Amino acid sequence: MRFQLTEDQLALRAGVRELLARRFGPQELRAAVDEPGRLDRALWRELGAAGFFALRLPEAHGGVGLGLPEAVLAFEEAGRTLLPGPLVATHLAAGTVPGAATGEAVVAAAGNGLVEWLEQADVVRGDAAGAVPLRSVDPLTPLHRVPAAGTVDPVAVLLTAAEQLGGATRACELAVQHARTREQFGQPIGAFQAIKHLCAEMLVRTETARAAVYAAAVTADPADIHTARLLADEAAVRGARDCLQVHGGMGFTWEFELHLHLKRAWVRTHRAGDATESEETLAAELLAQPI
Amino acid sequence: MDLAYTPEEEEFRARLREWLREALPTLPPKPSPDDWPGRRAYDLGWQRMLHDAGYGDVHWGASPTVRLIFLEETEKAGAPYVGAGFVGLLHAGPTVAAEGTAEQRARWLPPILRGDEVWCQGFSEPDAGSDLAALRTRARRDGDDYVVTGSKIWTSHAEVADWCELLVRTDPEAPKHRGISWLAMPMDAPGITVRPLKTLAGSAEFAEMFLDEVRVPVANRVGAENDGWRVTMVTLSFERGTAFVGEVVACRRVLRELAVEARKNGRWDDPALRRRLGRLNAEFRALWRLTQWNVSEAELTGGVPGVGGSVFKLRYSHARQELYDAAADVLGPESLDLDRPWVLDRLSSLSYTIAAGTSQIQRNIVAERILGLPKGR
Repeated sequence: MRFQLTEDQLALRAGVRELLARRFGPQELRAAVDEPGRLDRALWRELGAAGFFALRLPEAHGGVGLGLPEAVLAFEEAGRTLLPGPLVATHLAAGTVPGAATGEAVVAAAGNGLVEWLEQADVVRGDAAGAVPLRSVDPLTPLHRVPAAGTVDPVAVLLTAAEQLGGATRACELAVQHARTREQFGQPIGAFQAIKHLCAEMLVRTETARAAVYAAAVTADPADIHTARLLADEAAVRGARDCLQVHGGMGFTWEFELHLHLKRAWVRTHRAGDATESEETLAAELLAQPI
Repeated sequence: MDLAYTPEEEEFRARLREWLREALPTLPPKPSPDDWPGRRAYDLGWQRMLHDAGYGDVHWGASPTVRLIFLEETEKAGAPYVGAGFVGLLHAGPTVAAEGTAEQRARWLPPILRGDEVWCQGFSEPDAGSDLAALRTRARRDGDDYVVTGSKIWTSHAEVADWCELLVRTDPEAPKHRGISWLAMPMDAPGITVRPLKTLAGSAEFAEMFLDEVRVPVANRVGAENDGWRVTMVTLSFERGTAFVGEVVACRRVLRELAVEARKNGRWDDPALRRRLGRLNAEFRALWRLTQWNVSEAELTGGVPGVGGSVFKLRYSHARQELYDAAADVLGPESLDLDRPWVLDRLSSLSYTIAAGTSQIQRNIVAERILGLPKGR
């Protein structure tokens, strides 16, 4: 059993991280917030050229030919940098919707009563009839409500969990960075147990979620995916809140990127439908298998 | 990244399963929790069976993955856990194996593996508690002996132990972490008084120990004089590493039993309770994956578990308490009946956030050693 990243997977993760740092750094993030609803098509095509959308498409069909674990690592990085756009929907459309694999087309999906990025989409999958715009809490995710509740692809649930994992990881990093440098009462605030313990809990939630998300990527088992989803949602939402708390007043400002992590984490918790469904599925699974 | 076992590991699993199927029915009935001599005999008997079948040294002789498989399969088969052998097999044994001399290994390891001798742990002291290094039990050098005076507490299995892994202060002038030594103390030495301590679960799980001028040969010291803290850290990293594998498997089984019970008694119709059990299922599935992750990491880094064990212990201790609280809700008023299953487990689970380093201490370890946050004043 080698339940650790391989050399190739480490290289892939480093490559995606490098691309996103270069093309979607703090300045681009700021620009995206200042222009809500606009999608950077050039970046979208660049992601396509780098294989982000065609990652799991077989090489015979012009794809990269990798698997779920690699896709999970790429989406984790996307979540870490708050990369906007219907990433999961477009990734899932690669090989089916022309132009999705290369990033020429932007694909939105009508999932569980909500559609992200409907107006920017070239293609909408699922039933988006009767879509009504809402004033999205997340400035980087335009949202429409749709009357029809569609089903959500388990792979979409897993990739969303991977994004949540990335967000949780980033929130933990931000909190620790701040706790090490910000001084109060004559010492870094990270020396105080109240802060220390918040940070430790963030890491514990993130690493537990990581094990669940990576395992689900290996097995693609539905119960593993529901597990990953519940754990990753918890790590992302509570991580962002704790990070805000560690930053104090600064965490409550529009300028600091943290609120964007929290709001995106909230958006993602709804992408796979209500958490109740995952809990009920995992409860039923307890009776389905022998003791 | 995979979750596949090698053909050799799968073969080990198959052979172990086969052996368990035949061996378990030959076990005598389990003694009551208060019958210490009975428990000692039962637990040592099981260790002897394992030893004779070639599984005796699996806790420190095998690769982390093989150990994981061993703990998973024995728990699934309902085999006894290490019990009274805990300190010998999971603490003192690995420490002597890693830090002891050839003579010390030859003297102490075979009897642990054969199921001949029981060890207990003399680390904690009444005035030290979470600040383990503040221990005060003194060891004064007198010829070839140390003369030990002081007291220890929370000493599991002290009443039936042959040996005690004892932390003593050998240099009172040195900074507190630097004046400690690790000794193997024979429990029949004159001057040792053991008094059982009754836990809130009503049973005597551990004891207080009073040491009055107890003579321990200098040859029984493992590691250099005053280097006991480092030796102890080796022991504790074992404790927080893979020590909980069997327990995670057991918790997953309890959760399934709870679901069956809830369906039987009608509580399953309560959606809030179902959702809670579903969430606990996610919790223990994730903890199992975290275990596999940590074991894979230990495999890569050469076997000694690192601080990642603290991450696991923090989450697991809390989850275990939630599991038995959920059990109480499944049972309803019957959760007040000590004769019902899970009720005693609920009581003992209360120790999990305290024993082997409190959750607060574990959070400090995670924050300081993994996240690199500064130590407080």
